[in-house]
Amino acid sequence: MTPVPIPAGRVKTLKIDGRDVSGYENQTILEIARENNIHIPTLCNLEGLDDIGACRLCLVEIKGLARLLPACVTRVQEGMEVLTDTERLRRHRRMVIELLLSERNHVCAVCVSNGHCELQSLAQTLGVNHVHVPYRYPRMAVDATHGRFGVDHNRCILCTRCVRVCDQIEGAHTWDVAGRGVEAMIISDLKQDWGASATCTSCGKCVQVCPTGALFVKGKAVGEMTKQREFLPYLTLMREGEK
Amino acid sequence: MSRTITIDPLTRIEGHARITLHLGPDGQVSDALFHVTQFRGFEKFVEGRPFHEMPSIMARICGICPVSHLVASAKACDELLAVRIPHTAIQLRRLMNIGQIVQSHALNFFHLSSPDLLLGFDSDPATRNIFGVLAKRPDLARDGIRLRQFGQQVIEWLGKERIHPAWIVAGGVSSPLTAAVRDRILAAIPEARQIAHRTMDWFKRSLENYREETRTFGNFPSLFLGLVGPDGELEHYDGRLRFVDATGEKVADGIENADYASVIGEAVEPWSYLKFPYYKPTGYPEGMYRVGPLARLNVCDRIGTPEADAELAEFRELGRGAVLSSFHYHFARLVEVIYGIEMIEQILNDPEILSTHVRAEAGPNARRGIGISEAPRGLLIHDYTIDEQGLMRGANLIIATGHNNLAMSRGILQVARRYVDGNNLKEGMLNRVEAVIRAFDPCLSCSTHAAGKMPMRIELFDADGRKVNEVMRQP
Ligand code: SF4
Ligand code: FES
Repeated sequence: MTPVPIPAGRVKTLKIDGRDVSGYENQTILEIARENNIHIPTLCNLEGLDDIGACRLCLVEIKGLARLLPACVTRVQEGMEVLTDTERLRRHRRMVIELLLSERNHVCAVCVSNGHCELQSLAQTLGVNHVHVPYRYPRMAVDATHGRFGVDHNRCILCTRCVRVCDQIEGAHTWDVAGRGVEAMIISDLKQDWGASATCTSCGKCVQVCPTGALFVKGKAVGEMTKQREFLPYLTLMREGEK
Repeated sequence: MSRTITIDPLTRIEGHARITLHLGPDGQVSDALFHVTQFRGFEKFVEGRPFHEMPSIMARICGICPVSHLVASAKACDELLAVRIPHTAIQLRRLMNIGQIVQSHALNFFHLSSPDLLLGFDSDPATRNIFGVLAKRPDLARDGIRLRQFGQQVIEWLGKERIHPAWIVAGGVSSPLTAAVRDRILAAIPEARQIAHRTMDWFKRSLENYREETRTFGNFPSLFLGLVGPDGELEHYDGRLRFVDATGEKVADGIENADYASVIGEAVEPWSYLKFPYYKPTGYPEGMYRVGPLARLNVCDRIGTPEADAELAEFRELGRGAVLSSFHYHFARLVEVIYGIEMIEQILNDPEILSTHVRAEAGPNARRGIGISEAPRGLLIHDYTIDEQGLMRGANLIIATGHNNLAMSRGILQVARRYVDGNNLKEGMLNRVEAVIRAFDPCLSCSTHAAGKMPMRIELFDADGRKVNEVMRQP
């Protein structure tokens, strides 16, 4: 669970990439890594929202364990030895990005978020210059029924940040996920037009947290959709303070 | 028995095209077909997209003159917003559009056409390219590079990206002009102006040498179509449609955007993806018309800038009524370059040019929007329909190469009749067919084959579709 302003519990010591680090027992590997300026790529994680371990981009190697574990939802343990940047992990992360790119229609050149997209910049920093799996090219619609915002399912990576921010921060729970596997889609209310939603407060938080151009402010030209996410940690901090 | 000669692909025009020449029973060329296999599927591609993305999408789809598509598309979007965009935004769009025209004309004249003009149409193909020009007339080649750079820099400095600037948007432009950029462009004008005049003078002096080409290069009567301003002056951004006939008489004038379909019909042929627009009142295919620099100078009453107006007077001497030879596209291009440089200077001296009020914001307020502007190669029409949410429902595009489609085939036929004799295919014939097409400057794909030779294949088929002869040219 993040963030926890006054971490409780016992202190654990561990190694990340050979460095001796320490953290409270209820903290995750990702949190401790960030505290120590060790970079682990993430997508579904967003500070201020509950972690769900969905995108598998933050997987790390743990000595003595054959399988990889997601850093965002794995608690630290005494004596753990974590590796965050091995060839195996890099290969794995590239594959995750390639699968995301192939699943829907990510046409960066004509996307409102071109140049400001987390998926795009991850692809660049992870060196994804070729997608080795066939593109699916699904035919997906844009819902522009809302007065100010639109959702373009072609660009959605199903990170569910929108679902979580709407539920956990705004308290509206307009967004949810329907369907399974490749059929999964985010939906507003009971799969109604966003513009017809009775629960949406038009706060726009979902738009701001969306890592890609899937949720956008209407009227933006290509490359003009920049997102402001600073509000999230503030909001959570202030709420913690009220308790 | 009729036979078919196929020339495929063309060299030094931008992209890939295919020509078939059809021989009649007498062994003479009876028909010429210019095949275009691009421009397909974009209607499906844009369906359902928010219309605000259209300018950038169209600029990507037709990568040869992205700025022109940005302009026409953004104008169509302005109509969807149902707004009048700020004066400064219009001026800035104009500025970028002219930058594109200057750079494109420089590319065509110096890189693609000057090898033929300078080295001769029958000279060795291995050196008949910009490198050959560089060897023979380094000063001319350098002028070409500098002039093109000038146009490119105008685009790049304004849009901060040369190839696909997303700066022109629905409702205006995305950021105002800075004093620094204005001054940088102004500082580059004197050199560009000198080059333009120097080149014009050289071209006019050497016109004598091309008397044969002038006579046979797409020299036939046709209608001409272009935009003119409120006083009949040359206009690339706004204005109304005007058609003139071969004698220079106006046959349609003052046509507004919304009425373009009342004068322009679009025919479809199974052998080409490109449609065949024609002047509706005359019918298909008799309503053949030409667009582009030659047409623009033929339709306007005057240019509106002093240096270019002086050149226009000389241009008018080239014909009685309208100037008919497609060879004079080159002349017209140089006149437009001179005009472009004058206009850039004029626009930059507009007292409101640095205004920060450059964009109108609105939602979708109209279901249909039509944007018309002049691209380097000619009139460009973007016609969009959207649903009430602002998602694209339909798009119709008529591009310059489309407007010229009938005339280009006609021009090829004219040259082929003269230079093709039965099965006897000389190198000079191929070059002239190519050169005619280059004079029209069609935009065929994103690549520019300015240097080197691409392989060319000519196939000869008999009436039963059997290949009876084949000529190959290696790069
Ligand atoms: S719309 Fe955006 S935030 Fe929501 S699941 Fe899709 S990518 Fe994530
Ligand atoms: S960030 Fe950990 S699984 Fe997405």
